[in-house]
Amino acid sequence: MYEAIAFYGFSAILLLAAVLVIVSRNPVHSVLWLILAFFNAAGLFVLLGAEFVAMILVIVYVGAVAVLFLFVVMMLDVDLSELRAGFAQYLPLGVLIGVVLLVELIFFVISGWTLGPALKSAIVAAAPDAAQVSNTRAIGRLLYTDYVFVFQGAGMVLLVAMIGAIVLTLRQRPGVRKQNIAAQVSRQRGDTVTLHKVETGAGA
Amino acid sequence: MQNPLLVQYLPILLFLGIAIVVSGAAVGLSWVLAVHKPDSEKVSAYECGFDAFSDARAKFDVRYYLVAILFIIFDLEVAFLFPWAISLGDIGTFGFWSMVVFLGVLTVGFIYEWKKGALEWE
Amino acid sequence: MGQFLPALPEIVLAVCSLALLIAGAFGGEKSTRSISYLALFALIVVAVLVLRQPDATTVVAFNGLFKSDAFGRIFKILILIGSGLSILLSMDWLEREKIARPEYPVLVLLATLGMLAMVSANDLLSLYVGLELQSLSLYVLAAFQRDTVKSSEAGLKYFVLGALSSGLLLWGTSLVYGFSGTTQFDRLAAVFATGPASVGVIIGLVFVAAGIAFKVSAVPFHMWTPDVYEGAPTPVTALFAMAPKVAAMGLFVRVLVGPFGHLLLEWRQIILFASVASMLLGSFAAIAQKNVKRLMAYSSIANVGYALLGLASGGLAGVQGVIIYMAIYVFMTAGSFGVILAMRRNGAAAENLDDLAGLGRSRPGLAIAMLIFMFALAGIPPLAGFWGKYYVFIAAIHAGDIAQAADANLLYAAAVIGVLTSAVAAFYYLRIVKIMYFDEPAPALDASPGRAVEAVVLVSVLVMLVVGALPTTLIDASIRAAKTLLTV
Repeated sequence: MYEAIAFYGFSAILLLAAVLVIVSRNPVHSVLWLILAFFNAAGLFVLLGAEFVAMILVIVYVGAVAVLFLFVVMMLDVDLSELRAGFAQYLPLGVLIGVVLLVELIFFVISGWTLGPALKSAIVAAAPDAAQVSNTRAIGRLLYTDYVFVFQGAGMVLLVAMIGAIVLTLRQRPGVRKQNIAAQVSRQRGDTVTLHKVETGAGA
Repeated sequence: MQNPLLVQYLPILLFLGIAIVVSGAAVGLSWVLAVHKPDSEKVSAYECGFDAFSDARAKFDVRYYLVAILFIIFDLEVAFLFPWAISLGDIGTFGFWSMVVFLGVLTVGFIYEWKKGALEWE
Repeated sequence: MGQFLPALPEIVLAVCSLALLIAGAFGGEKSTRSISYLALFALIVVAVLVLRQPDATTVVAFNGLFKSDAFGRIFKILILIGSGLSILLSMDWLEREKIARPEYPVLVLLATLGMLAMVSANDLLSLYVGLELQSLSLYVLAAFQRDTVKSSEAGLKYFVLGALSSGLLLWGTSLVYGFSGTTQFDRLAAVFATGPASVGVIIGLVFVAAGIAFKVSAVPFHMWTPDVYEGAPTPVTALFAMAPKVAAMGLFVRVLVGPFGHLLLEWRQIILFASVASMLLGSFAAIAQKNVKRLMAYSSIANVGYALLGLASGGLAGVQGVIIYMAIYVFMTAGSFGVILAMRRNGAAAENLDDLAGLGRSRPGLAIAMLIFMFALAGIPPLAGFWGKYYVFIAAIHAGDIAQAADANLLYAAAVIGVLTSAVAAFYYLRIVKIMYFDEPAPALDASPGRAVEAVVLVSVLVMLVVGALPTTLIDASIRAAKTLLTV
């Protein structure tokens, strides 16, 4: 029973927050609603038994992605009224797409989510028994060995993201004096100080 | 049937419930009980006694995003370490070296980043 | 460790791109040209490794995530050729536009790596990872000339719409997984062989097809193509028109003919629609274009329409038609972009059709090359472009002969529309020829576009002529490749 209450609670707040992300007038509020939506999605993952995914959602999406969003939204020079201008114009199309997706979902529910009998036997058990093996360990057993190809592929994708961020945003400004710590530390007394013996009276 | 996994999360659920009630009460009660008499001076932004000079949404240097994006990439990389660390006993040498290669790729990225000066703040 | 052997070309390419990344970071901007040559060398090495894999064998590796077969190999060779030619086209251009940075060839290599992973994907997961690796690199390349508004805009548009298409693809993937219990291609094929698929799988299939249609820029999902092609730096546009298109088309064929092969009747009409719509829109919209890069964008949409006609036909002949079409398309595109890159006046790129005027007198060699590419794109017989169209149309007719009544009529109609739109397309291709030879000459273009570009143009001309006259080698190779895909 608690599970059911928690499920409906999380789902209701998730949907509400998702709607508010879209309809909020202030983009900063949108991002805050998005964070709420992420938290509730994490709650749903926990209910499914997918703890690891839930925690990653909180760490990566709430902890990093949403903060970056907030950063971008708060600092961008966005003219809200200009953004809103197209809203009414595109509303019919958006509603149409939404309705199509909704009809599809309803269609699923009516057609009963059924799987053919042949399929049921073909399905490989997705996860081992939660009582024996923790969720995170189950992922670890598969990800680095059976799925090594996609794992390394993900590594390459991250590398491209890194290169891309640097290629597109990094600028070397000319004429900026930078600290060169190694040069500073390795400076010898002899490099900088010279002693001159000045004869008396010959200074001037 | 009670899922043993979820039982472990019961304290967190309770905590969440209490947090919602307490914070809701704090905000709600002050909203209900306090006196509201807003006027234009009261609700306008206070900037050292001057009128606000400009909009708060000034454009920001793109370098901040660079730092944030690089943080996210390494954050994700670390996320991959958790299941690996837990299951290292089960996945053997292959699993170990699999992660070493993954980290190696990211280290190459890190060397690139360092050499490019993306980590420096002029 | 034997499981790594089938993926040796990919692994070598990954290691090379990492090494070149570091070398480029230490070498600085002046090392761009040497890094480009090294990248080219790496691509050649990888191509040799691909060719050295025994032609008849099909190996599934990495726990069913990766498949190395003749079908994948022929597409890999085409991708490597496309990437290599685009690097050749880029070298002088980058230096002249003062954006020569060693990241450029490295990003091309990483995108190529993603494409190789795409065409040898044997699982929806590896498909997605390959696709993302490719797309992410290409987004960055589109915005590579970051100080111009057009290039940044192209990168942003491509990124936003590309992310949307990836979302569609993932949504479809999750539905397919949810309703069939597996993401691996062989197991999916086995599941669908047992009986009619559920509605969920069909809807998932539609979304997967939509996601990939985005990447090949087939018509309902083509909106990004003209803007991105126009805005991106020209060598990047050349790359976009060659390698990723071949890769996405190979992936399209592999996914639809492989795991979803038993659902042919479900997806055929979708692909036919995309094909006919692409042919029509690509041909008619191109007539009104004044910018050469936009014109090439619409031309590429139309070409994708013809290749999709082969896919919609299905069967051995259909797959063979796609392979032949894409193989010839790569060279037609490379050559055309070589000529476009040569169009510079007073140090700036000249991208309007009118700028070609008088090319026949001022640069006769270049004009003849362009004439050959335009004739080839129009599908005029002695040139290679003819064979691509011929095999696709033949495949459609043959498929129509064995299909059920409704499908048969659609296939015949599509083939007829294909022939008619070819005639329309011939109009604007030949108009370029007319501008070059008969219009009032525009001010002369700058001197030589550089030896690398000339080499690309020359090679493409030779391929057009040789393959046009002796297509048998290509046809044999394409039959072998198509067979491996269909027998599994």
